[in-house]
Amino acid sequence: MGDVKLAMIVQKPQYKGETSRLAITHAISYQTVEILLEDGDTVTPKLCFVGEGVLGIQKGQNAMELYGITSTESHMKNTLLVDLDVLVCKEDLDRYGIPEDAMPDADEMGADKKIQVVPYAEIQKAMEEAKHVLFF
Amino acid sequence: MGILTIGCYPGLVGNMSYDFCLKLADAAVGKGHKVNIWFSGNATGSIKSHQKHLKDYSTGEKHLQALIAKGVEICTCEACTVARGIQKTEGIEGVQWNAMHWYLAKVHASDRVLLIGGE
Repeated sequence: MGDVKLAMIVQKPQYKGETSRLAITHAISYQTVEILLEDGDTVTPKLCFVGEGVLGIQKGQNAMELYGITSTESHMKNTLLVDLDVLVCKEDLDRYGIPEDAMPDADEMGADKKIQVVPYAEIQKAMEEAKHVLFF
Repeated sequence: MGILTIGCYPGLVGNMSYDFCLKLADAAVGKGHKVNIWFSGNATGSIKSHQKHLKDYSTGEKHLQALIAKGVEICTCEACTVARGIQKTEGIEGVQWNAMHWYLAKVHASDRVLLIGGE
């Protein structure tokens, strides 16, 4: 069957519910899915943040100090470290007054990927190219 | 016939979305489709056995057992489940325990995928 492309769309803010966090961890799990698939089969998710989903992904989080849990920022860094494509809607960042340079990176961990702040049209394209679209 | 995989995230009690997932699965398997269900988030609390069906609350156990008997594959996210204090020995027999890649693997082979979001 080869590669199956997925678009995982996060619409809810981090920390307000669980599913927005689960979207990130489900996407990261693409790295180990091959142990359950036939040789040559892969799953390639694109993780997309739109609407209120762009809230709570900025850098500078102190979740471990304040709540005793891993921060979304660290999860975002992990997505980059495992070479996921992460798209954040530019129009929605602008709507909430969040600058592009507030997006975390994982340069210090040696990640090649960076969060891509893109127009919504790019996220629409990712959904059209995917076999399945999962809304979190 | 096709393969349907449902990601179910809402809790058993407090809304009827969980109930919808199970009834949809039952309808699909009744039409001859292969159905997989992945529980994550609060939905994982529903795999604990010995649920008492009080009329004011939804119940999942007897429905899950009926679906498993019909060949529906049901898997719970192990991390989500143990985080809620439920151990494997307390789970409903026949429910699989695995990590999130189980869902992605089932999605890979599916004709249709639904994700019923949680709270």
